[in-house]
Amino acid sequence: MKFIPNSKIKDSMLKDIGLNDIEELFSDIPKKIGIKELDLPKGLSQLETNQKLRGIAKKNKSFHDIISFIGGGIKPHYIPSVIKTIISRAEFYTAYTPYQSEASQGFLQSMFEYQSIISEIMGMDIANCSLYDGVTALSEAVLMCTRIKKKKTFLIPGNISWEKKSVLKNYTKGPEIKIKEIAYDKKTGKIDLIELKNHIDEDISGVYLENPNFFGIFEDDVNEISEIVKGSGSLFVVGVDPISLGIVKSPGDYYADIVIGEGRSFGNPMDFGGSSLGIFACKKEFLRQIPGRVIGLTKDKEGKRAFCMALQTREQHIRRGKATSNICTNEGLCALASTTYLSWLGSDGLEYLSKTNFEKGHRLAKRIESLDSLEKVFTGIHFNEFVIKSEKDANIIIKKLLKKGIQGGLIIDKWYPELKNCMLFGVSELHSNDDIEKLVSALKEVTNV
Amino acid sequence: MYRFANYNEPLINELVKSKKEKCKIPNLLPSSLKRKEKINIPNLDETQVVRHFHHLSQMNYGIDTGIYPLGSCTMKYNPKICEEIASWDDFTNIHPFQDESTIQGNLQIMFELERMLCEITGMDFFTLQPAAGAHGEFLGMLLTRAYHEFNRNFERNEVILPDTAHGTNPASVAMAGYKLVEISSTKNGTVDIDMLKHALSNKTACFMLTNPNTLGIFEDEILEISKLVHDAGALLYYDGANINAIIGRERPGDMGFDIVHLNLHKTFSTPHGGGGPGSGPVGVKINLEKFLPIPRICKNKNRFFFDYDVPDSIGKIKGFYGNFSVLLKAYIYIIMMGKDGLKETSEIAVLNSNYMKEKIINIGGYELPYKKLRKHEFVLSCNKLKQEKNIRAMDIAKRLLDYGFHPPTIYFPLIVKEALMIEPTESETKQELDRYINALVKIANEDPDVVRNSPNNTPVKRVDEVGATKNPILTWKMI
Repeated sequence: MKFIPNSKIKDSMLKDIGLNDIEELFSDIPKKIGIKELDLPKGLSQLETNQKLRGIAKKNKSFHDIISFIGGGIKPHYIPSVIKTIISRAEFYTAYTPYQSEASQGFLQSMFEYQSIISEIMGMDIANCSLYDGVTALSEAVLMCTRIKKKKTFLIPGNISWEKKSVLKNYTKGPEIKIKEIAYDKKTGKIDLIELKNHIDEDISGVYLENPNFFGIFEDDVNEISEIVKGSGSLFVVGVDPISLGIVKSPGDYYADIVIGEGRSFGNPMDFGGSSLGIFACKKEFLRQIPGRVIGLTKDKEGKRAFCMALQTREQHIRRGKATSNICTNEGLCALASTTYLSWLGSDGLEYLSKTNFEKGHRLAKRIESLDSLEKVFTGIHFNEFVIKSEKDANIIIKKLLKKGIQGGLIIDKWYPELKNCMLFGVSELHSNDDIEKLVSALKEVTNV
Repeated sequence: MYRFANYNEPLINELVKSKKEKCKIPNLLPSSLKRKEKINIPNLDETQVVRHFHHLSQMNYGIDTGIYPLGSCTMKYNPKICEEIASWDDFTNIHPFQDESTIQGNLQIMFELERMLCEITGMDFFTLQPAAGAHGEFLGMLLTRAYHEFNRNFERNEVILPDTAHGTNPASVAMAGYKLVEISSTKNGTVDIDMLKHALSNKTACFMLTNPNTLGIFEDEILEISKLVHDAGALLYYDGANINAIIGRERPGDMGFDIVHLNLHKTFSTPHGGGGPGSGPVGVKINLEKFLPIPRICKNKNRFFFDYDVPDSIGKIKGFYGNFSVLLKAYIYIIMMGKDGLKETSEIAVLNSNYMKEKIINIGGYELPYKKLRKHEFVLSCNKLKQEKNIRAMDIAKRLLDYGFHPPTIYFPLIVKEALMIEPTESETKQELDRYINALVKIANEDPDVVRNSPNNTPVKRVDEVGATKNPILTWKMI
């Protein structure tokens, strides 16, 4: 049998331990609950498996078959070949969580480097070595604010993804945390400062701001927002698109306490939304409240530099019901891919990448706006995503684009009913100017009909 | 014997000094947001990057290096074909919000995987959204709450757990806002039925159980347990971390469990990646289906589609649909193994474990508390070695590294003193098991000083973990 070497010698092994039949090893299980066999096909050979999967893969259209301009917090990015070389090292990808530090120095050091790089980018003191994704990272941040401030209300803006709101509702249900939503400015797409001032008081544990937000718009009133939040004694949680931070200030520069984000874009494929990488960074003073694994630098008994999992006393395998989070398995390999990616890119590369995404975002928006029946909804400055409103039925536009081999923007009125016939477009360094022109001329055709 | 490489590998910021330079920022960017100085990460050459991470990899142990018998972690071999197929562009380069007509392949994988997991566990419906086992447990608790609230049972705020439960169980229960009620085990190492009866009440929301439990012992009174829990109006939850012991033979659904989570990165052979990405799908019986997260994956004739229109659903617990690449690898593994291969898996996993257990306890030095017959894992106590020679479980673990092996899980479950929790899985050859057994026996008879001062053949000697927590240095800025 495949991958089960002792199948062939099971009788002699049984005999070695004084047994005759494999069933004797299961004699303590009530007969009533056994099944004769699973209702599944027999196993396939590797060749048959490969052929079957080829057939299924053909039913997909990847970014290479269909140019996609869809936004929603995830876009294709270039992945240098170095990444696959490194994360395919079996010593990395077939390892478990590094409980035994002496046998895991390689992974531990790379995770220390990950935490260091993420802290630099975010302008924070410390980072953990990953959470599931950017969406659950917000929920963990809210739980952390509640632990620190011992207050049970948290403010979120309306201009974040519906998925974040839904996940947050589930994470805060048990601990009975009240989530209040601050309306966004319908003209600019940014958080409404008057609304924020109206909602904030000393009972709030923290306030979340997303920059750029779900509509792709930069929140540029960060200094004023930070003052309002800090003035009330609440914690300031900021969510970022890490790709933007090559040209945009770190949230630490506007006094964020906790920074979260989706790190997939640093060297990981879209993978249909997963694997993902939850970034979580914060100020040093909250060290003992941080959720998830953290790696620390220490010494071995001879004084040599060494790495290990630190602050394990916060974690479920030690603290059980009193842990800061239930996280065990996180997104280790995705964090390694990101570390490799950022080492390869360097600060110069990240700045260039950031700038390119910004410029592509503006080129595409300008070109689409030049068309008669399409206009940008919000006046705020955007990054590489933006919302376009159509005079005609957006569903029809998207279907027609699809026939031309183009995936258009994401229709969002299901989650934001006020944004009828609006599409969230996204673009990255992977889209050439020709791709952009192809979309624009297709849009021209389908909106003119 | 396996030997680690031993580099004094610098941190990447020590490979080259980064200069403080100003950024060149597009004019259009609002001035309040303009970055002034470049980020402090080094600009390296590709050669330097590859060498650096290559060196690091050589100071790390994986299942491809050798046996990795961490109890309750099911470190089995990860077939290479799964890795290769899951990296095909046709699967990876797909945006989750693409039009449904362009993602039929991925939807088919997810739809069929859900059906296969239902068959394997005896459950009615599955969701693939949770990113890890603990995430699945947390979802299980949310579903429990949704179920009781739907039935207007608001007073059920307790979850019962045995003292052998995985650490994630109580942590997930607490995160979901439930009160923990822990019951101790019998002298056989199984659930104490009298204690359970006593703990159950109209306040009980759920009883969480791992079967076989973390001692590797099958809870043979499971049908009675199930009846008691259901008679009390509570739900029965199955922690699937240990399902490799019974796969293809027995199913939690047939034992009366209402909610099940699986760890695809354990039982279904997807790699652990040094701690993720994982996947912790959750299966339920039909009475809980309507609460499952959205979107559900449905099929109409030959077309697969997402259904977001589920009024009683709890909503979402993660962005998008779960860790798809992990789902795909597990799908490939299952169709390759088939019904025959899966059954062979559990049988040989249990045989390997009992083989090791018999050999070790017959040679001496280690004790096996509780009942003798074990499933896929067993837990030894080296308390006698501690008493007689002052050798602790930690010392044995570190000394195993000198013999080129990865140690077992140690100090868990908590009810065994100086515990060594060993799960060899079905992947190992008899020769590898014998070598491991010999190493354990040798260590028990070695000079205690040598054992206490181990490891010596690793890139670093015994690491000061207490220091890392007392004086935490988590980034290069903090050095």
